[in-house]
Amino acid sequence: MDIYLPIAGQSVNALLIVVLGFLVGLLSGMFGVGGGFLTTPLLIFYGIPPTVAVASATTQITGASVSGAMVHMRRGGVDLKMGGVMIVGGLAGSLVGAALFRLLQSTGRIDVVIGLLYVLILGWIGTLMLVDSLKSLGYVKVPEQTTPRPRHNRWVASLPYRWRFHSSGLYISPVAPLALGFLAGILTVFLGIGGGFILVPAMIYLLGMPARVVIGTSLIMILTVSAGTTMVHALTTRAVDIVLAGLLLVGGVIGAQYGAILTTRLKPDYLRLALAVIILLVGLRMFLGLFWHPDEIFSIEYL
Amino acid sequence: MRARFASLGLALLAPLLIAADKPVLVPDISARQVQIRYSFNGAQLLLFGAVVYPGGQPPDRQVDIAVVLRGPVQPILVREKEKIAGIWMNADSNRFRSAPSYYAVASSRPISDLVDERTAAIYELGLHNLQLSPGGGALPEKERRFEAGLLDLRSRQGLYSENPHGVEINGGVLYRAVITIPSQVPVGTYTAETFLIDRHKVIAAATRDIQINKSGFERYVALAARRHRLLYGLSCVILSLGLGWAAAAAFRRRF
Repeated sequence: MDIYLPIAGQSVNALLIVVLGFLVGLLSGMFGVGGGFLTTPLLIFYGIPPTVAVASATTQITGASVSGAMVHMRRGGVDLKMGGVMIVGGLAGSLVGAALFRLLQSTGRIDVVIGLLYVLILGWIGTLMLVDSLKSLGYVKVPEQTTPRPRHNRWVASLPYRWRFHSSGLYISPVAPLALGFLAGILTVFLGIGGGFILVPAMIYLLGMPARVVIGTSLIMILTVSAGTTMVHALTTRAVDIVLAGLLLVGGVIGAQYGAILTTRLKPDYLRLALAVIILLVGLRMFLGLFWHPDEIFSIEYL
Repeated sequence: MRARFASLGLALLAPLLIAADKPVLVPDISARQVQIRYSFNGAQLLLFGAVVYPGGQPPDRQVDIAVVLRGPVQPILVREKEKIAGIWMNADSNRFRSAPSYYAVASSRPISDLVDERTAAIYELGLHNLQLSPGGGALPEKERRFEAGLLDLRSRQGLYSENPHGVEINGGVLYRAVITIPSQVPVGTYTAETFLIDRHKVIAAATRDIQINKSGFERYVALAARRHRLLYGLSCVILSLGLGWAAAAAFRRRF
């Protein structure tokens, strides 16, 4: 069934997009990530213009994170104060990101920047997760740590103006979560990803937040920043295709529910291993794409 | 309105009145308007018509017809990827001030057999005779490279096409050509030009306009995204929040 996308200006197979949304939603429900890191590259492979793919994937992330955020809110697994600080940073980041995006777009370097960022981030996070899950599954033996890891990161602890975050039980400077949110905001604009798979490890290892509030806080943050980024895209790049986003959402929100159900039946360590492999595969494909002879040497930009 | 029709009628009749000894083309198109709706995945246009000869008798020798359908002209920037430090990235670029967004030519015989190069260039017959107006005072060699790249890219996207045997002529009088429009064509006013070619010369020409528009919901969305950016963005956000919430609510009841 072909359907015409009014902003992308081409027709696509509607069923295929819904199925794509469903599969990504399944993963996002299972792993608690937005799934933008899969949607955007897959849409680009399908032939959607990159800016439209990035902007519309952002809209899907909002939908996919709503239900998760609701569940965590009910359970009290959200540090609203920490989340608020990160959201302020995230919205600022998305504005700065949009300005950078336009600058790179005008020089024609945006594609290669997007590609390089994807390779670096997916490679780095994927490797971290792979090693971590292999360790916890017992495939890799690690020597017993004699000194326990310090609860606070030295750099974070040295920042001034400390605030008390009650839900997280932390007494740290708000500058650290602000900077983290800022970075995630930039990435949301550039890559169409919510940044969940960066935020979660950073909140645990850098800020030292308890696991109880990490997922919920990151979902709230992703929800707000991706909604804000959709607005930024609608106002500046005008590349949000509501039909494309709607198709992705219909599949995505249902997939996310099934994914959440599946999570309760599978061992979390295997889940993390699977996610790490998927992330590394996408990263590898993007990496090879940088060096392979591209399908099209020439590209057209409208003035 | 009546005055406009009167002048239009005069303009149409003028060739008949002035050059009574020359053949006249009477062209028509299967659709004067193409509406892009939700199910649009391209369209086929039938360009047909008749040649009216003075005295009503077609000549013994074969005459030829070429039909050109072209979309609105757009200024574009063509970028070329190059391998820099092992990575493929955009390097050089060239501007074209008047590249047609869509161009299809169909003829009863290959263009090169029909007219000489000069005539082909005047009437922009054939892909290699398009007036793309490259800008920026680049070297001719670079300009040619970018032009070839642009033609090749758009040919493969189905936006530029050349069909050397696409026009069928019946009894030397009736002609017809089928031209396919892909789904990713831009909207605007398209022109269909028909040329009657006899002994390497264009002896008659006629033009018709075709409107390609988004209609209904598609038109509404495209306009909203451009004119009411804030409301459009808000409705996207509300759509995603609503769908996410609805799915969560529906599944909570089931499990």
